[in-house]
Amino acid sequence: MTELTQETLSELQVLAEAALTSSTNLDELSAAEAEALGKKSALTGLKKQLGGLEPEQRKEFGQLINATKSAIEATAAARRTELAQAARLVQLEEERLDLTELREEVKRGHYHLVTQARDRLEDVFVAMGFKVAEGPEVETAWYNFEALNIPDWHPARGSFDTIFVDLGEPEEVMLRSHTSPVQIRTMENQKPPIYIVAPGRTFRTDVADATHLPAFNQIEGLVIDRGITLGDLAGTIDAFVKAFFGHDVLTRLRPSYFPFTEPSAEFDISRADGSWLELGGCGMVHPNVLANCGIDPDEWQGFAFGFGIDRLAVMRYQLDDIRELVNNDVRFLRQF
Amino acid sequence: MKVLLSWLREFAPDIDGDPVELGEKLSGLGLAVEEMTVTGKGVDGVVLAKVLDLRPHPDADKIQLVDVDAGDGEALQVACGAFNMSIGDLIPFATVGTVMPNGMEIGRRKLRGEWSNGMCCSASELGLGDDHDGIYLLTGQADDAKLGSPINEALGLTEDILWDLEVNANRPDAMSVAGVARDLAAGLGIPFAFPEFSFSEAAGDIADSAKVEILDPTLCGRFLARVLRNVEVGTSPQWLSSRITALGMRPINSVVDISNYVMLELGQPNHTYDLGLVPGGHLRVRRANEGETLTTLDDVERTLSSIDGVIANGVDEAIGIAGVMGGASTEISGTTTDVLLEMAWWDPPSISRTVKRLNLPSEASVRYRRGADYGENMDRAMRRFGQLMTEAGATIDAGQIDERGDTPDRTPIKVRPAKVNGLLGTSLSTAEMTDHLESIGFGTAEVGGTIDVTIPTWRWDTQTETDVAEEVARMFGYENIVRTVPKGEEAGGLTAYQVDRRLVRETLVGAGLDETQPMPFLAPGDLAKAGLAEHGVTLSNPIVAEESVLRTSLLPGQLKTIAYNQSHRSGDVSLFEIGHIYLPPNDGELLPDEREALAIALAGGDATSAVAMLDLLESVFTLPNVQLREAEPAGLHPTRSADVFIAGQKRGEVGEVDPAVAEAFGVAGRVGWIQLDLGAVLEGPHGRRNYRRVSKFPSSDIDLAFVVPNDVPAASVQVTINKAGSDLLVDCRLFDTYRGESLGADVRSLTYSLRLQATDRTLTDDEVGQVRQSIIDAVAKNHNGQLR
Repeated sequence: MTELTQETLSELQVLAEAALTSSTNLDELSAAEAEALGKKSALTGLKKQLGGLEPEQRKEFGQLINATKSAIEATAAARRTELAQAARLVQLEEERLDLTELREEVKRGHYHLVTQARDRLEDVFVAMGFKVAEGPEVETAWYNFEALNIPDWHPARGSFDTIFVDLGEPEEVMLRSHTSPVQIRTMENQKPPIYIVAPGRTFRTDVADATHLPAFNQIEGLVIDRGITLGDLAGTIDAFVKAFFGHDVLTRLRPSYFPFTEPSAEFDISRADGSWLELGGCGMVHPNVLANCGIDPDEWQGFAFGFGIDRLAVMRYQLDDIRELVNNDVRFLRQF
Repeated sequence: MKVLLSWLREFAPDIDGDPVELGEKLSGLGLAVEEMTVTGKGVDGVVLAKVLDLRPHPDADKIQLVDVDAGDGEALQVACGAFNMSIGDLIPFATVGTVMPNGMEIGRRKLRGEWSNGMCCSASELGLGDDHDGIYLLTGQADDAKLGSPINEALGLTEDILWDLEVNANRPDAMSVAGVARDLAAGLGIPFAFPEFSFSEAAGDIADSAKVEILDPTLCGRFLARVLRNVEVGTSPQWLSSRITALGMRPINSVVDISNYVMLELGQPNHTYDLGLVPGGHLRVRRANEGETLTTLDDVERTLSSIDGVIANGVDEAIGIAGVMGGASTEISGTTTDVLLEMAWWDPPSISRTVKRLNLPSEASVRYRRGADYGENMDRAMRRFGQLMTEAGATIDAGQIDERGDTPDRTPIKVRPAKVNGLLGTSLSTAEMTDHLESIGFGTAEVGGTIDVTIPTWRWDTQTETDVAEEVARMFGYENIVRTVPKGEEAGGLTAYQVDRRLVRETLVGAGLDETQPMPFLAPGDLAKAGLAEHGVTLSNPIVAEESVLRTSLLPGQLKTIAYNQSHRSGDVSLFEIGHIYLPPNDGELLPDEREALAIALAGGDATSAVAMLDLLESVFTLPNVQLREAEPAGLHPTRSADVFIAGQKRGEVGEVDPAVAEAFGVAGRVGWIQLDLGAVLEGPHGRRNYRRVSKFPSSDIDLAFVVPNDVPAASVQVTINKAGSDLLVDCRLFDTYRGESLGADVRSLTYSLRLQATDRTLTDDEVGQVRQSIIDAVAKNHNGQLR
């Protein structure tokens, strides 16, 4: 049996620490730790001898044994950290990856450009207090023309280049040539005040080319309330244009003519070079139109405005051919 | 309407300033400038030349050889593609080296073996008019002494400004040079006046040689006539023909040119008859008899209807369509000496209906339709015509026929200044309003707080207080109106449907689909090709035959889109579309049964991937009771498709496109397909979610595989499992299907993954065993399914 002396303890510590620090993996480390500190270790054996010592010595050697044990434990812990770190480095190196090698694609879809433009327009007008109204694309002469103060003989009828449908009497049913029928449907079904925008598809007998489509999209606005003025129209258009195009864009109204508004105007927006771009038409709702919808023109006044949605998309992305909007070539759709 | 600055100045001499600013002023008055050009500058290198000889090109049919004298007395050979020249004609000639206004440089070239040493020019090539059909013939406008001179000099042209104005349908007055001048002068605050037009009458009384009867006063409001004699049909003076050329009309002969000149200058269309061909000079104005025929000036026989107006002769034969086109039988010719001149005012709706019915627009009818001037201007136009004709050597019988029908009511309109200000958002005084109105010829009189406004005869369009308010706004200037915004307190927003529709898009875009928007037109036969009923509503006036049917389904459009993309090497496209379809009208309805549909088309996908998309929508929208019922939807794969029922209602179909249909559209491979009646789905019940407490207790997960006959839908098995599993079954999904010889021919194995869980306790093995057994029993009983 080894004698419990200071030298023995020192020797044990040196041997144990040598074994621990020379261990090359966690298993060897654990084995060395058990060898040094386990139940069958020399140190444990020496500890059992404490009972046979005088109290003075017992205290002294007790402290010495504990100190030795702590020192060995600290060495083991340090070595464990070292080995873990080395193992981690090995593993990390094994896992090394060229991130540019993997080309796994997360597929994204795309909103159609017209949807993007329409949603943006709707959002701006909703924020300005408008609701969004919709109506059918196939309409009767009443909604497309007559209720809008365009009687059958009116010269303006010809300018709509209407596509008619083989239903009813000749020229009684048609693809709507503007979104204005939604004005009538809304006023027939709803009492003022009315604040709506009506986006949707419209149709003309235009041969499809780089700047025309027979089916295209417009948005129409209608406000009917007490005391609405031409000044309100000009102010609303200006507010919309600033919200949609930016605060440095200017607007102007020029006198024009539409049978369903009086006074009527075209509205222009300023380009960066200071020139003007005609955007759409507008005006004060004609008293005949109000009366046609059962609204008293002496009590209520209002304005309406309208412009093309597709054109905005064309302008925004500087498309050189508007037909891209209906070709649905995914090489186009996926650009936006 | 085109106007020349020099011509406007004859009515408002003080018009001055920067042409661009004047154009802005015109636009601000509602006469939008579409184009502004500087005319009369000539083109460097273009000179007056004379045609010496014309002969065929030996080796080409479409060009001829022309010898011209460009001032040096020598014959210079040119090849020319126009054939309207005669020997002796004076023409504009571009010499070698000339750079034309379009940028083309004229060089010495050989055309099929013959030298061409310059170019004979049309009016449009020189910016002198719209006519580009032939060489601009200047005989009579220039003289031989000026051969070789620059063309502007030879024609006595001086620099001028030409504005092309967009004139709206409510501006009859602005369809004339004088009318534009009136508006511009008012806008600029400068004087406007008509020059004095006059001529001396000759002996002879019109009453002896002409007579007019208005038989239908609703058709013709006023009819003036004059008799002109000693008329020589020749060429017009250069100043007159260059003006009408600048305004876009082609000089024809001295009489027609004066007719056009007066119309352009004063807005009064007019018509000339060869008096010798009108028996007794007798004209009768009436509606046409149904089916009556007449050969018009363009040598087309027209069949008339009782809505049309005609001018008939003394024996009641129609010799002209009122306000639209004259007849061939009384046309002026080279031998005409006596002319009966008509200036009338026609009822605008009547003229409009005839123009539309006959599809026969003309410079005259475009003015009559808007409402020409029925007042003093008609007499003025008569004087102007007479003046120009007498200057050209004609004599005019004494007296003017002036027959009257119904003209517009000229009772003054009561205009309330407060109403006008309330409409415009202005605070104009009554005096300011009357000043604005009088500046453009409206009569005003203040009567007890309102203004009695007399509408001028040249503004037929203006009929109500609101119309007058627009004139006030126009003259006040739209740009001067203070901008405000409505004070309404309405809250904006989208409807529930619109919000949901956006969510559909968001969901599908998120799932990797691209949104398409094909046009809704189909070609005849497209529906049949797609296996669908051919009951699409057709268009009466399609632009092209391939776009003459309205779609009743989104299927043909999507297949065309896929085929297009496949042909451009984009094979497996995943697309969706939200758009209207137009089913035939329901009984008693006039309009089609129009619905908003959703289509999903997965090229390279199959029925399973389509069902997965349907499941996605079901989950996002919490669609109630979605069932796939066995069916063979038209156009779809008969054994790989189903009808989609939601809450007990058929709402669409899901599956795969019929391979034969896909092939017919040139689509390769399978196409997973969904079409839903989106409106009905989203307007129907959906989106109700009830809170279910998340269990804190462990779950028991078990798998069950059943061997089930092929004709039992897996969805039915799942319904059975869900029912038998009671509240404890919190999740059930099909995760494997297997077919194999070992199982037998008409069966397959369906493996479901089940999760059992209670919210208030950990389930015991016993409980789990009981639920498991009741599921097994139920599947066996309902579907003859055996646990594998």
